[in-house]
Parts: sequence; structure tokens; C-alpha cells
Amino acid sequence: MKIGTSTESGGGSFIGLLSTINGTLNRMSVQTIRNVFSVETGYRLSDDQIVNHFPNHYELTRKDLMVKNIKRYRKELEKEGSPLAEKDENGKYLYLDFVPVTYMLPADYNLFVEEFRKSPSSTWIMKPCGKAQGKGIFLINKLSQIKKWSRDSKTSSFVTQSTKEAYVISLYINNPLLIGGRKFDLRLYVLVSTYRPLRCYMYKLGFCRFCTVKYSPSTSELDNMFVHLTNVAIQKHGEDYNHIHGGKWTVSNLRLYLESTRGKEVTGKLFDEIHWIIVQSLKAVAPVMNNDKHCFECYGYDIIIDDKLKPWLIEVNASPSLTSSTANDRILKYNLINDTLNIAVPNGEIPDCKWNKSPPKEVLGNYEILYDEELAQGDGADRELRSRQGQSLGPKGGRSRDLGRTVLTTWK
Amino acid sequence: MTLTVLRSTGQGSWEKRILKSLNSMCTELSIPLARKRPVGEQKELLSKWNEMGTDEPDLSLFRPVYAPKDFLEVLINLRNPNYENGDSLSFRTHLGLIQVPLKVKDIPELKEFFVELGLTTGQLGIDDSTQVPPELFENEHVRIGQKVLAEQDGAAAQQYIRQGSPTALRADLWALILNISSQPEDILYYEQLKTNVIQHDLLVDSLIYKDVKLTASNDDYYFVFEDYLYQVLLCFSRDTSVLGHFAYNSASPPKSYIRGKLGLEEYAVFYPPNGVIPFHGFSMYVAPLCFLYHEPSKLYQIFREMYVRFFFRLHSISSHPSGIVSLCLLFETLLQTYLPQLFYHLREIGAQPLRISFKWMVRAFSGYLATDQLLLLWDRILGYNSLEILAVLAAAVFAFRAVNLMEVTSLAAAEAVLADLSTLKVMPLLQIFLFATVT
Repeated sequence: MKIGTSTESGGGSFIGLLSTINGTLNRMSVQTIRNVFSVETGYRLSDDQIVNHFPNHYELTRKDLMVKNIKRYRKELEKEGSPLAEKDENGKYLYLDFVPVTYMLPADYNLFVEEFRKSPSSTWIMKPCGKAQGKGIFLINKLSQIKKWSRDSKTSSFVTQSTKEAYVISLYINNPLLIGGRKFDLRLYVLVSTYRPLRCYMYKLGFCRFCTVKYSPSTSELDNMFVHLTNVAIQKHGEDYNHIHGGKWTVSNLRLYLESTRGKEVTGKLFDEIHWIIVQSLKAVAPVMNNDKHCFECYGYDIIIDDKLKPWLIEVNASPSLTSSTANDRILKYNLINDTLNIAVPNGEIPDCKWNKSPPKEVLGNYEILYDEELAQGDGADRELRSRQGQSLGPKGGRSRDLGRTVLTTWK
Repeated sequence: MTLTVLRSTGQGSWEKRILKSLNSMCTELSIPLARKRPVGEQKELLSKWNEMGTDEPDLSLFRPVYAPKDFLEVLINLRNPNYENGDSLSFRTHLGLIQVPLKVKDIPELKEFFVELGLTTGQLGIDDSTQVPPELFENEHVRIGQKVLAEQDGAAAQQYIRQGSPTALRADLWALILNISSQPEDILYYEQLKTNVIQHDLLVDSLIYKDVKLTASNDDYYFVFEDYLYQVLLCFSRDTSVLGHFAYNSASPPKSYIRGKLGLEEYAVFYPPNGVIPFHGFSMYVAPLCFLYHEPSKLYQIFREMYVRFFFRLHSISSHPSGIVSLCLLFETLLQTYLPQLFYHLREIGAQPLRISFKWMVRAFSGYLATDQLLLLWDRILGYNSLEILAVLAAAVFAFRAVNLMEVTSLAAAEAVLADLSTLKVMPLLQIFLFATVT
């Protein structure tokens, strides 16, 4: 199977690709994808057609639905009495506290106000639910700054808010880990080939995106997007943006820096936690995902690390940018597409969606198995907690081969 | 013999040249070599101390005082006027660029010197790779490293680090070997240097800015640390304790005279105060250290010690075995002796190997290798207290790419083959070249 046909080489995001009977890749617009999955059109994908999106990926990739699903998942585990849902003395989840406190606006406005008043000097970040690339995001530290959402919710009890105006408001992480005095976030690529059973892969070559301006939590800089938002779409308009390195660091650089300055154990623990939260987020949405066997999806995960080396899940992107900002970037994204398609469509043959979705190890390329539910369940579910508490069980479902040799699946 | 000759012919005239270049830049741009900052400017600089990378001054008129290739031309023209016909016959057949007959080690001697790099000894950079189970070497090596640190045994540390340092222990091991302990007086000393920077502006400051902007700011690994580089280098130029290293350096620090008192020794000052004029790429000596130390005064101390122990030898002319002249000669000799076909071929097409490898050695490979590999290399510099490994690595790189190099027909093409070293693994290259090549 060839990639890089003229319709999709070098540009655009992975909006939609459809591989058809003669092995060609057809680019699909967003509308076509919707049609393919829409109940009304009655379109049914045939066995040799696969698509790079799940029909209701928005359960994971819309900011409000992601939080809803994770909250629901946590409550369910708590109800079952699962040890994963254990809480500490302050009522915070020990293992599942990886999303900053978040409320939907205007729906949860009153709940939010209650929380806000508990710590009035805190900063919160407002994000439109359905947008990307940092559009429409702003920071607030006073209730007056979001009066608009309170007015709406008070005055009309049955007004339907169009989804475009829905916002989430999250507690802003104002103590991000800084390197060279600058804030950064992590972009990691995760490929999901099936949700039930869950099988997902992590791309080894993720990267850090640095802000061009030194970080300052001071209130005078709350409006300065160059300080706070790491999106390349925003940073590239900054005065100090450099086109050679694009403000990007490889994850292996990050690892080397952290091991050298903080030590090997805490760095290993950080990366283990990052893998953990990605898997948990996928498990949270797995029950509600339409696990269409014609589908696979490559997500762009955004993670922020705070100065206590705790990772936070910020959001998941269904169409991560595949344009390149630097030469290295272009190579990375080319390989990403190549490796993704090698896993989704084995041997470059015409796909058959009935296959068991277990690619041989050789085709993984720069991907590593992050979690394979089938393999994990084969070893007994009760191992999950034991390994979560730190006993290394050794590799299962694939030993990772990244720098520092972390085993991605020491827990299940 | 050689030392005095080199000192008077080579280093002396080179120093004059550099100083002349600096003075003429000074006159052309009508900027004083040094001036006291007005109070307003001092306040501003103090507030911007942590982000000097932004809001840069206009540097378009400044140019580096010299670049490595200028320095290479000087080295190529070094001659020993006392050279006699009967002397070192073998040297007459030396076809490289360096024409000074210094003694350098051959491979048997190098094998003995670098015995811990041999095939039967465990190495970090080889035996910690993902295919090797950690129980075979790595775990025990880490355990020994922790013990050495716990006992604060500097000599043991130096011996230990010949096999490479675990990433988590490296910062402490280097500090131990370099004898850096960050006492309150050290921090105070750094703060005094910082005050000096705030109060006085030096012409070399602009050269430092320019260098950082041209090199580290554009580097994939080091751009993040740009602001640390200013904080270290600006203080470094004002640190007169660095003058101490000139006692064992054949160079002498450049002097400047108070206005109107030219030639009067009592009005002479060293310029810059630390006696070191930065050249293009100088900031790359500091950049890799930022991966290990993020506290400015410690970073500063480590860099200063690395400079006065090792780096100064890479840009001054001397007969020392770790001096750049010896390294060049060692490189060329290794190549001519053990890869003669390649050497002759490159010479034929006008691509003298030293013209390509010189810049690697002058920078101790900083900016050419991936950072984790560079740190493994610098581990061995500390372990063996010698820079000769730079010349050996340079030769090993040529050996590694020999097949491709044999096919090129121009200097430009040879440069292209050797342009990207970022994927190289240094320890296997060194091991193969020294211990696994049939000689």
C-alpha cells in the first residue's frame, strides 16, 4: 500500500482516509465521514474498507465528553469497590486523579461557583468544547470574567445551547514543570485498533512543545497566550519562534534531562504514570465507543507535567496535526503515518476487517504495545492492583524498547 | 624546544591577530571595549537576568572574532625552523596538513592507554543497550557508582567513569572528579560576578550574544537553555581567576591599555578580564552541561573547571598531548597509518580529512553528536584526563563511513557524507576502531 498520494502528502490532518478495493487511499472530507457513519444514509462499509476514525470518537476527543466519561468511569469503579478507585484522606482519587477539576458551562455553573469560592485566588482556564489549536481559550481569575455564562443559565432554563458555545472550565495548572524557565507540554501519539478488547499502541517518538516566552504565573500575564498556551499554532506567531527547531524537544531529550537532574526512579515513575493515564482514559470510554470493526484511530494526547512530576491529561485530539513545522517534524510525521498504516492494514494487502487485529511484532515500527486487553486478561485480572502498587511483573504484551527501557505494561 | 618555538612563532602571532581583529571591530563600530552602565540600564538588566535571550540588542554589525577554520589555517602554517634533515624520517612521509613533528600515540599505545574500553570490559553506551539484560553489567555498575559517590572518592570516581556514567549519577560524579562542591563562598563569588556584569558592559558581551544566537539557539537539543548560557558566559568573561590557567597554557592573555597609555605596563589590563576571547561556537562548550546542572552557580563552576582543565587546550597552540595541534596530528597519523587508501583518496580529491574533522575536535563534538552520546564521550575525557579520545573518535567516524567516502569526488561531497553525526553511537565506534580492527 502506498502512502503519500498527491491528495494527502504533506498537508492537512488525518481527517479521513478510506482504503478501498483496489488498494487506493481516498481522502474523505469531514462531511463524507459523517455520511459514512450516519444512520440516515444507510451506508454500510464493506469488509475491505477501513476508516481511520471511530464513529463516536468525540466521547474521548471532545473536552466535555472526555471529562464526563472519566467521571462516570471512576464512579463505576468506586461502586464496584475496585481498589483502583481508592481515595486518600482528602477524598482525592489515588490512582485516577489525572484530569484537573473541570466543570461544563453553562450547565454546571453553580457547582463551579461553589468550587471557585473555596479558593478564590485560583486561576481557571476556559476552553470551548469543540475547537482546536488553542482557539478561543482564555484564563480567568475572577467570576466577573465569565458572567456571560451565568446570565444565560439563570435566565433561560430551557434554552438549548448550541454545542459551539459550550465551554469547559478547568482548574489551571499554574505550577507546570519548567525547563529553561519555560512551560511545555507533551504530545504523544496513541493508536487504537479496537476498543473491545482494548488494544492500543504508543508511538515512541513523541515530543515536547515549548513556549517561546518565559513562564510567569503573575496575574499581569494571564492574557499573554505566548506564556501559557503551548500550541504550535499559537507559538509560531511569537516574536522568538524559531523555524529550525520549532520549539520542540524529543521525549528522549526530556527523559535524559529528567534522569540527569531528578534521578532515574522518579523519571521512570513519571513515564509509567503517563502510560497509565492514557490507558485509563481509553478504558473509560471503551464501553460507550462504537467498536466498529472497520475502524482504527490515531489520537494526539496532550499531557502537562507539573513541578511535582505529576502528569495531567489535558485533552485528546482525534485529528492531530500532520503538517510539519520543521525538517525533523516532517520525518516524524511521515514515519507516524507509515507505521500507523502498517499496523492498521497488515502486509500492505487489501484489508479485511474481520482479521484479528494482532499485527506481528515486526511491523510495529516506532510503535510499542501500550495495552493489550486480551493478553492482559490471559494472566488474571487481580494482578492489576499488585503491579499498580509497584511490583514489577516483567513484560507482557510486548517489551518496550525506548530509552531507559521502561516496560510499558508492568501493570494490567 | 618545540614549546618555545611554538610559543614564539605560532601562539604569539595568533594572539596578535586576534587582538587586532577585536580592536578594529571596536574602532569600526565606535564601541568601547568596556564601559560602565548607567543606573537605569543596570536595573533593567537585573530584572531581565533570567531571560536575556529575548529582547536582544542589534547584533548585525558584530562578527565572531574568529571561527575554527581561521584557526586551522594558522595551525597548518606552523613550522619548526629548527627542523633538521636527519630528524624523524617517518615524519617526512606525513601527508597531512600538520607539519609539526610532535610525538603522538599509535594504536598499540592507545589500546594500552584506553584499556578499559576494551572488548572484554563492560561499557555504558554499549552494554546498557536494550538487548542486553541489565543483570549482566548495568545493575552492578550503577551500584558501584552509588558506592563511589557515597564515599566521595574522587580517584575511584575517575577510574569508574572510564566505563561511562549512569545518567542519574553523572552530575554528581563529574562534580566529584572536578572537585566542585558548591560552598556558600562559591555561590557568593558567582553573585559578585553577576554584579560585575550588571555594572559593566563589555564588547565581548555582544560577541557572546551573537555566538549563542548563531549556535545554541538554533540547536535542537540546547535551545531550551539559551538563557543559562548568557548567565554563565557573561560571568565567565569577567572572572579573573581564570587567568590562573595561563600559568600552564603556552598562551598569554590579551592585554589592553587604558586610553592614552598605550605601552605603559602599569596601565595594562587583561581584556577581557578572564583573558579568553570567545570564538564562533564557544557557547557550545557550556550547552551540554545544562542537561546536568540547573542551578546557575553550580553550572558556572562546573563549566569553568572544565574550561581550565580541558577546553582551553582546544583553541591554543601548544605541544601538550591534549593540545589541539597534537590532536590534529594524532588524527591524521591514525588515518594515514591505518586507513591509507581512504586517506590518499581524500587527499587526491582535495578533501584533506582534517579540514572536515577539525571543527568536531575544537568543539569536543558538542553540537555534532546527540547529547546522550556526547555525555558518554565527555565521561571518558574526565576518566582519562585527556582529550586524545576526540582524535580517536574522529578517526573512527571516518573509518565507519569509509565505504561512502571512497566514492566521493569532491570536498563538498565528503562534507555531505560526514554532515550528520547525530545518529552515531560513540562507544561501539571507538571500541571497533581501537580493538576490533585488523591493523
